[in-house]
Amino acid sequence: MTTATARISRPGHHAAKLPRNARSRERALAWARRAPLLPALIFLILVTQLPFVVTLIISFLNWNSLSPDKTAFAGLENYVTVLTDPDLRQAILTTILLTVSVVMASLVIGLGLALLLDKKFIGRGLARTLLIAPFLVVPVAAALIWKHALLNPTYGLINGILTWVWSLFGSTTAPQLDLLSQAPMMAVIVSLVWQWTPFMMLILLAGLQSRPMDTVEAAQMDGATPWAIFRHLTLPHLRQYLELGGLLGAIYIVQNFDAVFTLTAGGLGTANLPYAIYQTFYFANEYGLASAAGVVVVIGTIVVATFALRTVFSLFKKEAAR
Amino acid sequence: MSTLTPAAHRKATTGPTAQATGTLRRGKSRMDPTRNNTAAGLGAWLLALLFAAPVMWMILTSFHSETDAATNPPSIAANLTLDAYREFFGETSGVSPWPSLINSATASILSTVLVLVLAIPAAYALSIRPVKKWTDVMFFFLSTKMMPVVAAILPLYLFARTVGALDNIWFLILMYTSMNLPIAVWMMRSFLAEVPAEMLEAAQIDGAGLLLTLRKVVAPVAMPGIAATALICFIFSWNELLLARVLTGVVAGTAPVFLTGFVSGQGLFLAKVCAAAVVISLPVLFAGFAAQDKLVQGLSLGAVK
Repeated sequence: MTTATARISRPGHHAAKLPRNARSRERALAWARRAPLLPALIFLILVTQLPFVVTLIISFLNWNSLSPDKTAFAGLENYVTVLTDPDLRQAILTTILLTVSVVMASLVIGLGLALLLDKKFIGRGLARTLLIAPFLVVPVAAALIWKHALLNPTYGLINGILTWVWSLFGSTTAPQLDLLSQAPMMAVIVSLVWQWTPFMMLILLAGLQSRPMDTVEAAQMDGATPWAIFRHLTLPHLRQYLELGGLLGAIYIVQNFDAVFTLTAGGLGTANLPYAIYQTFYFANEYGLASAAGVVVVIGTIVVATFALRTVFSLFKKEAAR
Repeated sequence: MSTLTPAAHRKATTGPTAQATGTLRRGKSRMDPTRNNTAAGLGAWLLALLFAAPVMWMILTSFHSETDAATNPPSIAANLTLDAYREFFGETSGVSPWPSLINSATASILSTVLVLVLAIPAAYALSIRPVKKWTDVMFFFLSTKMMPVVAAILPLYLFARTVGALDNIWFLILMYTSMNLPIAVWMMRSFLAEVPAEMLEAAQIDGAGLLLTLRKVVAPVAMPGIAATALICFIFSWNELLLARVLTGVVAGTAPVFLTGFVSGQGLFLAKVCAAAVVISLPVLFAGFAAQDKLVQGLSLGAVK
């Protein structure tokens, strides 16, 4: 950090002869440097921080827009409801389960893919491009395709393939899945893992390709097995990339709305907090309750974000120190 | 060494040694490189096809007739037709997707322009001539991105309702700008930081003014990065559903909101759903493939090169 600042503060600015003049010039210079930053900063504070403060205030109110005359200070009542209401508590658990399982699964599969793509083979660029495709389909569209074209129990592709494979062996009684009603959570997880694996793969691939190869060469000369090299050299190097991918993924998946909304409409225990909050204020008009749930999400995110910031910061410090 | 920018640093290390290890890595030192890579290649291709299969199935189904689309087992060899696309564009049903597509384009493009206008000066103030405590400012930007949208959406909705900005594309544009601004600042900062300090100093010594320096020194290095940032902001805005669903309605509804019309399974037309998904994903697919290298850098907030 200090080196980066040192590289920028150029000699010559301090050359003024009169100390007072110098000081006011310094101050003017500091403002000249800050000025380009201010529009963005002020805009963001107005549009993101201010509303959150309002959310915080509403969360302490008893406010249902359908009975506006009953609006009153409610203390912690809304928070108690969020933490005790079975539906909202379920939503908290669902959010955690969804986030953890999607992040873990997409990280592991993404790591496997990155390791494969790190090797040279014919058509590697094309294979990589194909692998990115799931990440580039508009999320609602992706969820729609999973719901109707792939998982539909009567004409979805997955059951269709099962029927076809079974018919190859002369059977007409192929097993038919109905993930959307039998295991809706699994359906949401599978579709999200499919969308997020490419993201993890891209970050880990970038990590693999920044790996210093000389130590790997040395280890190979010393007769280390590929597994030992992976375990003791590659994995430690990838650690911060795994953390980065996991935590950035977590931040997006905690907020997921599209897949839950489209695939199951929050039914059968798949409503995560964003969806539950959307319903609480949009359909139930419980503004106070929705706000309290929103604050709970933020508290949860702060916990994750603290780790995320630390990870990003460690990578970032390296860059600043170069 | 410490005065070198990342780009210069990389250049400095790409000496003969680095090249030599590069060759080694590809050539001799792997135990049996040919067999190894063939297996890896086969595995990678298999998985790539598996991952791309839903996308390819979506595209294929969109060219099938409704009767061919909804069969079990699937009819891969069915005749291709543009019926689903005709249907989607409202030639037979009368519901046109064009207003929502135009809304999406308007919201995405204008918010991207606004983001650039706000983010470029900010990134300049954070990289080329950094303000004091610039890292703190960076992390403030990032922390706003980490706050879930649901935590601010109710006040935004109430505000929009009070001032009559509900179902107004301009309000959505402002929301998308705030959504993308933090990422854009981070990305752009990392791109501007790649402008070598030596070049800036040389320009200063030669007596070039600020504008000339920006145009001749900074812009050529930073331009590809700015383009990538713009693409990513465009993609995020194009994809967004929650804000659009809550803040817009009939007039300002975007393409993802239009797509939610297909969520319920009643009277479903599979080929039409696929055609809709293809049309609405197309801009993102193009933009994403075009910027796939910069995509990682952007999505990882510039932390990964």
